[in-house]
Amino acid sequence: MWLLVLTLFILIFLIRTKNQPVKYRVLTLVFQEIIIIGFFIFLIKTSNPFNHIYPIPTEGLGLNPILQDPALAIHPPILYLGYVGSSIIFSSVLAATTLNIISKKWASHIKKWVLSSWIFLTLGILLGSIWAYYELGWGGFWFWDPVENVSLMPWLALTTLLHCILVLEKKLILTSWVIILSISTFTLSMSGTFLVRSGILNSVHTFANDPERGLFILIFLFSLIFLSLFIFFFFHKTSKDNSSNFFLMSKETAIIINNWFMMYFLSVVLIGTTYPIFLDVLSSQKISVGPPFYHKLIIPFLIPFLLIMAIGPKLKWIKSNLEDKIYLFTLLIISILLSIFIIKNFSSSFLINTILISSALYLFFITLRDFFSKRFKNLAQNTAHFGFSLLILSILFNSLFSSEIITNLKVGQSFENTKTKIVFESLNQKEGENYKSIIGNFIIQDSKGKIENLSPELRIYNQPNITTSEADIKTTLLSDKFMVINIVQNQEFFNVRYQVKPFMLWIWIAVILISFGGLISFVKKEYEK
Amino acid sequence: MKNKILPFSIIFVFIIIFVIFYKGLQNTNIYTPDSKTIFEVPSVSVKLFNSDEIINTLEIFNSNKFYLLNIWSSWCVPCKQEHPILMELSQNNDLEIIGINYKDTKKNANDFLKDLGNPYDNIIFDNKGTNAIEWGAYGVPESFLINNNKIIRKYIGPLSKGSLQEIKLFIK
Amino acid sequence: MKADNEVLKNKITKNLRCLICQGQSVYDSDSEFANSLKIVVDNKINEGLSENQIYSYFQSKYGDWILYDPLFNKNTYFLWLLPLLIFFVGGAIIFNKFLKKQK
Repeated sequence: MWLLVLTLFILIFLIRTKNQPVKYRVLTLVFQEIIIIGFFIFLIKTSNPFNHIYPIPTEGLGLNPILQDPALAIHPPILYLGYVGSSIIFSSVLAATTLNIISKKWASHIKKWVLSSWIFLTLGILLGSIWAYYELGWGGFWFWDPVENVSLMPWLALTTLLHCILVLEKKLILTSWVIILSISTFTLSMSGTFLVRSGILNSVHTFANDPERGLFILIFLFSLIFLSLFIFFFFHKTSKDNSSNFFLMSKETAIIINNWFMMYFLSVVLIGTTYPIFLDVLSSQKISVGPPFYHKLIIPFLIPFLLIMAIGPKLKWIKSNLEDKIYLFTLLIISILLSIFIIKNFSSSFLINTILISSALYLFFITLRDFFSKRFKNLAQNTAHFGFSLLILSILFNSLFSSEIITNLKVGQSFENTKTKIVFESLNQKEGENYKSIIGNFIIQDSKGKIENLSPELRIYNQPNITTSEADIKTTLLSDKFMVINIVQNQEFFNVRYQVKPFMLWIWIAVILISFGGLISFVKKEYEK
Repeated sequence: MKNKILPFSIIFVFIIIFVIFYKGLQNTNIYTPDSKTIFEVPSVSVKLFNSDEIINTLEIFNSNKFYLLNIWSSWCVPCKQEHPILMELSQNNDLEIIGINYKDTKKNANDFLKDLGNPYDNIIFDNKGTNAIEWGAYGVPESFLINNNKIIRKYIGPLSKGSLQEIKLFIK
Repeated sequence: MKADNEVLKNKITKNLRCLICQGQSVYDSDSEFANSLKIVVDNKINEGLSENQIYSYFQSKYGDWILYDPLFNKNTYFLWLLPLLIFFVGGAIIFNKFLKKQK
């Protein structure tokens, strides 16, 4: 899989780089070959069908049933496309460093690669999280699970890189930083493969574990790291002459500050994910690092991040004063007032929520206004930033205003509280291809008398013998209604969980908008050529 | 000079990370609570299986004999597997076997004991599975060797011939 | 009062890691173990234990591993402080650059 895509990408790379220096093209290819050979050896060594089967299969033929789903099948390839794209960036950066040809031209050429792998990575993460939401039936979309983190880390690095390349393209500063970022993007993608495949981490995703493979990827990963470190230190010469015009109030400052925050988020995720491994090895203490950790460390820092994201693009390159301060200020006031209003109206009155929503709304309004005032001058960036604000807003509203009911019901029974009434109507049985399913039919009535039918399902697979619950989800523009049932051992009743999740759909839309922003920028580049 | 320290220290850091990942690979990633932790018998009120009487656990484990607390259920397959070992242990007069009947119905549990024999000197009825949690258990079967109000050994999963020998050694 | 307890229970179970299905929280999981654990949490709340007391209760039974929100102790100093340290060092580097540039 990896191999095929890798070779394909090289082909595209060769076609696209006809007007680049020959030496550079060759050297990029050499580094790319090293990666390919590494994976080739990996394939021969560890996945050879003639080798003994390890680990000894215990479940016979059947595939773990939650893997028998099309949405699952397509998200890893897309993620891999992103990873492979990052490998091209990696080799080309190494080549460029060795030849010392990092220039504005090089930056704009590599930018396309950064953009395309960024788009794939974004979409891959989106699909993965949609799969988790619809298939795993936990009623969530992001769990800070190690494997999710592992795909988030290259994304963070790549996003940072994307912004840096912009600076490099315009001003030829931050070159060393761009090199480091490119290397770390690829390294993080590789460690992703390592952490997922080796089973070193404890996660819902570790379906196919094999320590032997893990060892190989580990060695390969670190030899690449050492290679790139070597090249970086020996060939890279920092040029200090062109950094004279650098001012505090400029676009690059905003980008640098944003980089700074991105790096912080990256380090939180990285440390949170790998810390348990380190602690286990060093002191054989086992701990878990879960969602509360990430929330505590990331959320407070989101506020200044969002604000800078709103104001940053308003600044000009090199040196500028803020344009039309008045409207920036008015919008800030409006967003604060609006979020106070929202929070006040709904029970939860936390200070941090108000501030968070204000800053997200602020970004939302500013990008929205830019759509109309700027006449599509900066459409790509605008779309992506707008998508991001929408994402943060939907996530916030989703976590603040979702409600749920967990109860035990027998057939014919009903549950009622002030807002909703749930009636367990009937129970059906159905035979599937390799499973039996039990379907519960429920009627839900809200306070306004609106009636909704939900029928969650339980599937009992025969090979292997696993029971999975299929949630029934009704998606509407404003909220999702989500219901799962579960058997309770030795009891006649079912455990019923009903959740209302507002703005679920908007989370997906927001991410699609973000990657669409990337796409616009990609297409625009082509167009300008 | 300063230029050399930086690369070398970074390379050094990466080597350390490599070694740690390498070692991490060898550890299993499935967490089981430390089986050697010694802690005291929890003091909770429990319902007895036979008499429906509600008493405190400390009353059950009151003497300084050895006790083997076994969590079982009629629906649990490995429990059937370990049952002969429990039967063998029940011959031993220095050891009292206390069962916790986990998430079971009385009828099924009684049938189970009728079919395979009853090794238990006393059974705690735990139809909600909450008592098992007081003991730090997370599945069936699990067994705890208790002496002087302290849990001295934990067996997760079915008892094996090896653990049978070990228990016998402890009692001597 | 009852509704508050329900919210508290959800909050606590989201923070407990299930030992059977090790990638999930007790809240998300529907295994036998998780279901019993939810009942225990319910009972403990009704007994009047505070959130932290409930955490330390489970921690004493199952070890630090069960808590998703790592405690701040000697094992986790680095976990909590390293990202913040990186943040401030990064800030310092950027600030330093600016000072140099200004001259």
